[in-house]
Amino acid sequence: MSVRILNEMRLDFPAIAENEGFARVVVSGFMLPLNPTVETLADVKTAVSEAVTNAIIHGYGGERGTVRLHGVYTTEGLLYIDVIDKGRGMADVERARQPFFTTAEGEDRSGMGFTVMESFMDQVEVKSAVGEGTTVRLIKRVELRDEALPRRA
Amino acid sequence: MFSYDLRRSTLTVYLSGELDHRMAAGVRQELDRLLDDMRVRRLVFDVSRLEFMDSSGIGLIIGRYKRLSRRGGSVAVADPDRRIDRLFQMSGVYQVVEKLCAEGRA
Repeated sequence: MSVRILNEMRLDFPAIAENEGFARVVVSGFMLPLNPTVETLADVKTAVSEAVTNAIIHGYGGERGTVRLHGVYTTEGLLYIDVIDKGRGMADVERARQPFFTTAEGEDRSGMGFTVMESFMDQVEVKSAVGEGTTVRLIKRVELRDEALPRRA
Repeated sequence: MFSYDLRRSTLTVYLSGELDHRMAAGVRQELDRLLDDMRVRRLVFDVSRLEFMDSSGIGLIIGRYKRLSRRGGSVAVADPDRRIDRLFQMSGVYQVVEKLCAEGRA
């Protein structure tokens, strides 16, 4: 059987801190039909929170901008959440992914954002270009229970 | 966002809700005002009532540790759930911040 997309969503919102919680709620709601465990749901919420916070703080650095969430899950039980900003971008993605790396000195940032995403998701892909923005793709295998599969008429 | 309790030199902060970047910024501001009181030598973050925390919580705690350690003070966290405990562990928080659990608390 070929892999099919079971569900998909896109959401744009302004890059303001108020929307960090909103993004977590949206992703929880999007995942609900998959009937995820409490653990899986919390893993994804945490990773999304990290990526959205990065987009707001680092991508746009307090300037106006739009953050996009793009979510998909497939018949294979794979969940993809892309967190996309059109902000400053990063010259050295590998360096940014190192634990304790932060450019926001003096702002109490731990530099653990990517490390947290990597520990809570199965895979994290980052594409970034200076002046163009950053896309973080968070991938997680969600155990598909029978009732989560689409019903056929 | 938080309530607190100051007994002698120990300030205990009871965090509740979702500790993300937004909430951390607010807590930081209020808490730093309380820490201007030089009598405070020990800060305890009670995290048992948090419903969510991301790495912003780590930044908040380490930032306050840096501040208190400059005057010979210390920081502890009380009653983290499994997920928050994992976040503290992976980020090395426990290298400088003590973990208190319910039964061991004075």
